[in-house]
Amino acid sequence: MDSKQAVFMYEQMLLIRRYEDQMAQIYTEGKSPLFSIAAGPVPGEMHLAAGQEPVAVGIGIHLRNDDAVTAPHRPHHIAIAKGVDLNRMTAEIFGRVDGLSHGKGGHMHLFDPQVHFSCSGIVGAGFPPALGAALAMKRQGSDRVAVAFAGEGAANQGTFHESLNLASLWKLPVVFIIEDNHYAISVPKSESTAVSRNSERAAAYNIPGVYIRDNDVVAIYEAGKEAIDRARRGDGPSLIEIETTRLYGHFQGDAEAYLAQGEKDEWRHHDPIPRFRDLLLANGWLDSATDQDIQTRVNARVDEAVGFARKSPEPMPEDALTDVFAETGKEAI
Amino acid sequence: MATETSRKLTMARAISEAIDLEMAADSRVFVMGEDVGPYGGIFGSTTGLFTKYGPNRVIDTPISESAFIGAAAGAAAEGLRPIVELMFVDFFGVAMDQIYNHLAKNHYMSGGSVSHPLVLMTAMGAGYNDAAQHSQTLYGLFAHVPGLKVVVPSNAYDAKGLMIQSIRDPNPVMYFFHKGLLGLGWMPSDDRAVVTVPEESYTIPLGRANIVRDGTDVTIVTIGAMVHRAVEAAEIAAVKGISVEVVDLRTLVPLDTGTILSSLKKTHRLVIVDEDYLSFGMSGEIAAIAAEQALEYLEAPVRRVAVPNVPIPYSRPLEQAVIPSTPRILDAVTYVTEF
Ligand SMILES: Cc1ncc(C[n+]2csc(CCOP(=O)(O)OP(=O)(O)O)c2C)c(N)n1
Ligand SMILES: [Mg+2]
Repeated sequence: MDSKQAVFMYEQMLLIRRYEDQMAQIYTEGKSPLFSIAAGPVPGEMHLAAGQEPVAVGIGIHLRNDDAVTAPHRPHHIAIAKGVDLNRMTAEIFGRVDGLSHGKGGHMHLFDPQVHFSCSGIVGAGFPPALGAALAMKRQGSDRVAVAFAGEGAANQGTFHESLNLASLWKLPVVFIIEDNHYAISVPKSESTAVSRNSERAAAYNIPGVYIRDNDVVAIYEAGKEAIDRARRGDGPSLIEIETTRLYGHFQGDAEAYLAQGEKDEWRHHDPIPRFRDLLLANGWLDSATDQDIQTRVNARVDEAVGFARKSPEPMPEDALTDVFAETGKEAI
Repeated sequence: MATETSRKLTMARAISEAIDLEMAADSRVFVMGEDVGPYGGIFGSTTGLFTKYGPNRVIDTPISESAFIGAAAGAAAEGLRPIVELMFVDFFGVAMDQIYNHLAKNHYMSGGSVSHPLVLMTAMGAGYNDAAQHSQTLYGLFAHVPGLKVVVPSNAYDAKGLMIQSIRDPNPVMYFFHKGLLGLGWMPSDDRAVVTVPEESYTIPLGRANIVRDGTDVTIVTIGAMVHRAVEAAEIAAVKGISVEVVDLRTLVPLDTGTILSSLKKTHRLVIVDEDYLSFGMSGEIAAIAAEQALEYLEAPVRRVAVPNVPIPYSRPLEQAVIPSTPRILDAVTYVTEF
């Protein structure tokens, strides 16, 4: 990692954090004094990824626009790191016509084919399509790769195991990233998973598996580089599990009664962003003036996206009836 | 006989109370699913059960639905009485083989020698912008497959009685609760679902519809949250001098054909209101029954109000356009009366 890359990653982490903090704020609009998930400019479930920035950024930096990514129900950080159009993504979350899907998809169903990004609200659903993207890439003779991101809870879904086996068998250019944020909603990993590290499961499918502790963006960068280079070279799939933290609830409105006393405070005190900033400052890769510029820039970027979304009109009711089928000759990409 | 009580419950409380009573009465009954333990179920259907019965009878599962739903079938065949929750009906796709090729068919394929007395309970329904993978009703999909009973309560009283009956039923029962009826506090909930619920145990037989409003001009056949939209439409129609009868089916399988037919013989007009997709589902089934068994009584074409054949969109104006609404029901009622 050189200083330019490091500063870029830092800026991306800040952008994601600012975005999620803004979303948390916006989500409360129209929802008080009585909280209702259905009210306000952004209704429905909202799963935020503040705290998980190192995963998205440390992997995303190795990806090109033409590489494919699948993400789970908690997708914003991964989408941002993949270069999804932030204005249109935000407009989609607001359910507006200029959204990626003109308001049909919403926050759990973001699609940006320009950068080969998609996500799903069904746990474990992202592994097979990443496998399929990798199959297409391999057959097309390209050096593109596919990456599937999912939570540690998703690693107990059949699709995970079936996909690992098939990826290995067919030696596909695909990388599986498991975000271990310790919980699947209220259920701790220790009560759902027979191994303490999902990376150990890679052995069963004869592929490399590594576990990265402590939300360490530098280590994620290194492991991501190795796995993605390997896939690009045609040497097959890898599995990386990353210990990370979920700084908001499972969804906005989650009372989080299942967390141990002080658990959240510990995560907050161990926030990966100030830790990375300290490292950059210590290395002389960042000074406080540049840091200030970056902060100003990311805040402006998020404001622009939110402004774009708010200005975009709502769709017309009759728009609900279009897009069920593709027309022959008008297939996407 | 239920004792006199004026205690009102939300549907979520009625469901957890029903399960509690059956767990207390029958040691074979246990609950498993995601977040059913200390959390009490994302929609409150298992509130308090973990504290009362502990982790051996209220089990948090990994996100491995094929495994735990299939396991419930196996455990039921060996004498237990599992109640399994899968948070949203939309998620059942991941475990469908265990359900429609095994749970539903084993009794038949075994010539009646293997049975699966269990309840699969799940949340359904739209109305809070949770988009295409978290807003469906899909009960028609399960009712389509022979061998599954399908229960869809519209209020707390029915929810309790139907749940107790479902747990005691010797067959696999799919029990659907509409998120907008549960009284959750963090999403809109229909006050009409909060009704008086006796404290003791009682059952409501599966396959017995409830006439929630008597009428003479038009019959609305419906189920779940749409019962309340239909009653609203009936109240407005009454002001215009149209007398609407509202039939709450309560269960799709078994289906109370008798109640539907006798209502049609009285009103001669039929509107079906369904929060499921329009095609190949409940609304078509009821219309077919009317065509096959009551055609000579009908004085107007049947009208169906359902979700047009599109996934549930996220954005508010789009979602509201596809979910059956009181005005759309009223239009259908007007159409059949003026025909
Ligand atoms: C097939 C399926 N089962 C259950 C759910 C409900 N659900 C949504 S997120 C979630 C927990 C996911 O945990 P994890 O994979 O660790 O991701 P995290 O939320 O921690 O990011 C569950 C159970 C779902 N969406 N899909
Ligand atoms: Mg998790």
